[in-house]
Amino acid sequence: MAETIKLEIFRYRPEKESEPTFLTYEVPFLEDWVVLDAINHIKDEIDGTLSYRWSCQMGVCGSCGVMINGVPKLSCAAFLKDYYPDKIRVEPLTGFPVERDLISQIDDFMTKLTKIQPYIIRKRGEEKPLDEGEYLQTPAELARFKPYSMCINCMLCYAACPVYALDSTFIGPAAIALGQRYNMDSRDHGRSARQELIASHEGIWECTFVGECSAVCPKDVDPAAAIQRAKVSSTVDWFKDVLIPWGKKK
Amino acid sequence: MGEKEMSAYHRPVPNTWWLKRTPYVLFMLRELTSIFVAGYCVFLLILVYKLTQGADAYGNFIDALKSPSSIALHFITLAFVLYHTITWFNLTPKILVLYKGEEQIPKALVAGVFYTGWVVVSIVVALLVLGM
Repeated sequence: MAETIKLEIFRYRPEKESEPTFLTYEVPFLEDWVVLDAINHIKDEIDGTLSYRWSCQMGVCGSCGVMINGVPKLSCAAFLKDYYPDKIRVEPLTGFPVERDLISQIDDFMTKLTKIQPYIIRKRGEEKPLDEGEYLQTPAELARFKPYSMCINCMLCYAACPVYALDSTFIGPAAIALGQRYNMDSRDHGRSARQELIASHEGIWECTFVGECSAVCPKDVDPAAAIQRAKVSSTVDWFKDVLIPWGKKK
Repeated sequence: MGEKEMSAYHRPVPNTWWLKRTPYVLFMLRELTSIFVAGYCVFLLILVYKLTQGADAYGNFIDALKSPSSIALHFITLAFVLYHTITWFNLTPKILVLYKGEEQIPKALVAGVFYTGWVVVSIVVALLVLGM
């Protein structure tokens, strides 16, 4: 008989149960299969009622994040062979309410992402008309924020963050990192517009620098670094305000 | 939204969440080190205070420090303070990101400056204490 591997999957079907349960499925073990392949096999061949999110299957779309043996991972990038022959436990991302099975409710993140204004904001009157072309930037200016622009909104960093799990008012790693990505962009003037939220108690000061957000990031964004750097620049702002109050820019 | 909220399952976070994964345990340990750092600062203040109380008071205090329990506590504190210093020094390059043109200055170099500073200060202190 061909080799198999067991997956213990978090099931929550609100129409028939008020508490989640775990169901174990046995699937073929193939060297080149990732956890998502195994879940797709379950859906297609064993239990069509299993619900989960996925799309690109190549670590770009950020839809298929789940907890694999307690660690947030993209299920399309977690190989079965790294766990074989042990059982693999699959759960929805920690810190988010569960909609159904492996599907988390992500409205909170989407709202926060919008609030952080992750787009280029120009000073009033400094927006160029389209026919004047793009805002130019040197490679050195690009290098300053490029790593932070690699975020795919997969929310693994939120699932790794114990602060967010304990207090969901925290703006969280990805949203702050994206705010920082635009703050550090030479073409952007929107820092002060974002600062109210970023420098609030629910923003950077809630972070205790556990650092796991960066450890689990599939795109090496390093949100923990983005948050700490925002703390430094907010502190510098505060000192400037106190020491040279007359030097305040409008 | 209302109906959606009602059906969503909120998983409780147990107080033991930090025991579930090694990185969380190490983080809690790092947080704990601050107690030892603060404690040792208080100890140094007491030491200075005893110095102001005269030679006898200072001498008695120093004698009390020679007890096995005091020496053991000092070793434990040393271990925690070392862990504190090393973990924070290793995190420094994340915060202090420097560029030379398009190239980021290597993280090891940034941390290296801190370690070098640590060694230099330690040597100076050792020389002062040993009265050389």
